[in-house]
Amino acid sequence: MPGPSATKPPIREAAALEGIAAAPSLLSKTRYRRLWRTIVISTSAVALIPLIIMTFLSYHQYKKAFRLESINPVNDLTSSTQHSLEFFISERRSALMMIINDKSFEELSNEDNLAGILDNLSMAFGGFVDLGLIDSEGNQLSYVGPYDLGGRNYSDQGWFHEVRLRDVHVSEVFMGYRNFPHFVIAVKHKMGARGFYVLRATIDSEMLTRRISHAVLDPSSDAFLINKQGILQSPSRFYGDVFEKCPVRLPLYATSLKVVEEEDENGRPIVLGYAPVEQSPFILLLIKRPGELRGNWFSLRTELFGFLVISSLLILLVVFLGATYLSNRVRDADIKRADIFHKMEYTNKLAAIGRLGAGVAHEINNPLAIINEKAGLMKDFVSLDEGFPRRERFLDLIEAILKSVERCSVITHRLLGFAKHMDVQTEPIHLEILLKEVLGFLEKEAVHRDLKVSIDVREDLPAIESDRGQLQQVFLNVVNNAFAAVDDGGEIDIHIYRPRKGYEAVSVTDNGHGISKEIQEHIFEPFFTTKKGYGTGLGLSITYGIVEKLGGQISVESEVGKGTTFTVMLPIKREEQ
Amino acid sequence: MKPYSVLVVDDEEEFVTTLVERLQLRAIDAEGATRGAEALEMLQKKEFDIILLDVKMPGIGGLEVIRRIKAAHPKTEVILLTGHSSEEAIEEGKNAGALEYLMKPVDIEDLIRLFKRASGD
Repeated sequence: MPGPSATKPPIREAAALEGIAAAPSLLSKTRYRRLWRTIVISTSAVALIPLIIMTFLSYHQYKKAFRLESINPVNDLTSSTQHSLEFFISERRSALMMIINDKSFEELSNEDNLAGILDNLSMAFGGFVDLGLIDSEGNQLSYVGPYDLGGRNYSDQGWFHEVRLRDVHVSEVFMGYRNFPHFVIAVKHKMGARGFYVLRATIDSEMLTRRISHAVLDPSSDAFLINKQGILQSPSRFYGDVFEKCPVRLPLYATSLKVVEEEDENGRPIVLGYAPVEQSPFILLLIKRPGELRGNWFSLRTELFGFLVISSLLILLVVFLGATYLSNRVRDADIKRADIFHKMEYTNKLAAIGRLGAGVAHEINNPLAIINEKAGLMKDFVSLDEGFPRRERFLDLIEAILKSVERCSVITHRLLGFAKHMDVQTEPIHLEILLKEVLGFLEKEAVHRDLKVSIDVREDLPAIESDRGQLQQVFLNVVNNAFAAVDDGGEIDIHIYRPRKGYEAVSVTDNGHGISKEIQEHIFEPFFTTKKGYGTGLGLSITYGIVEKLGGQISVESEVGKGTTFTVMLPIKREEQ
Repeated sequence: MKPYSVLVVDDEEEFVTTLVERLQLRAIDAEGATRGAEALEMLQKKEFDIILLDVKMPGIGGLEVIRRIKAAHPKTEVILLTGHSSEEAIEEGKNAGALEYLMKPVDIEDLIRLFKRASGD
């Protein structure tokens, strides 16, 4: 037994099928998939591309900010330390220059005088270990200091050649005879045409180290001096003591202060400050491990990309759902539109047949009446004349003519039926009572053929507003069809129920032969018939037209060999059309 | 059975003559006319109990004829017989006083049963 859910409107299905057949692009699945894809791609692109661009822009902005944040302090520190070292060296160099220009060769040759000068220097500047006067031959003429270096010859030493050529020389750090790291500042004074003498002071490099250590405040950083060969000139926190080789890669061609991001020998990131100390062989290196700042940067980067990923996923989800919803809505609307077109076409067809039918019926009925009367008169004559030759044969022939006339008249009357029932007169109708009346017309046939007919009303249903005469015609037709579909002894079940709010439905189910899907598609079309010979093909299309006019719907559901259900759904209140 | 007289009015002469002949074969007093005016003339000469009238006729139409007949002979029953039918035409015919509205072609036995009813039998 079909419930309301089993009742599907065949017109809608047929419309969808016809739509596919007529215009493959209109309702085909690929069309909606393409629509879906277009919506997804365009919406995602519009939403995601700016998001991705913004994320990468802010990524680079942040990266730049963080970079400056880590480079700037190193830059400042390197610069100030560089200046402090330059000042330290130039201060001592200037002092020596002043002395060598101020004092005469004789005064400086006197070790007592020299000792006094060393004392003054140590007091005023500090860091001076010893002081010596060397002549142009490299002989140390006088010396004051803690070591016994008097009378030594330096002519074969590199620093001596340097100072002879350049007037001033600052040496690298070395151990020398004194056995502690120190460096030398030597200044030259010209005497006569080719003669000269040199004042040479040894400076404890601990003084440099102390100045550098001011730059090293936290344990993640290091500062030290190297020479151009990368040999440590002061102790390093990370790379060992003086004279060891420094493994840090140096920036190429750096002749002034530079701060770069580098990796140390273990591949860890470092910020490297590099500054050559002017007028000396020293290069200041300041190393800082980014540490905490870098951690902040990593978490910010994670947040940034996490945000991008999560919002992208959200956008995609919304886009997918939206696109699916939208394309489904468009598809539904298209189906609905196709459905309406189909119905309109159908209604127009019925109206056209109505007009044509009425005209044709009238023109045919008159000659048909003449044939009827002529044949009738012939029949009268023959049946009255007992001795008429071949009387029986004639009577049969005439009867056949009269039968054909009757068939024609059935068709013309039906055609006129289209033109009829244009006006709808509404009155309250109880469908159950109406159905019983209709069954009353067919009672004789039901009894004769031993058909079991039942009416089942599920609930107390109110009267509907509709046209009695036309509903009678509808149900007479539907029930008649059910009678025709079953063999003698068949069953016909009629159910009256409420399929949805505002509607009542009558379903007529038979256990007859059933109707194939192909036939179901055309079953409501005018002149479509399967009853060979005696069907006009108008019954169900008239019924369809009436039900439509009454604001209802008629649908069929059938399975070959099992039976058929026709469902007529009618509005409880008739709306004026 | 009460004897009654019938006048068949239709512009199709073949129809009129044949039907009249068939009715006469059944011993019914039947005559025919092919125009409304002719029918009205005949009615002036003879009273008919029943008039079988086509609606659509050249000259005076069936509905006009029925009105004039009903005015002059209120006891005469008129049955409309036509090839054409519309709700309005049926309504109009019944309002004008027609007993019944029949569609062509019609079975003669049905027709005679109706005549009997019309003649008050």
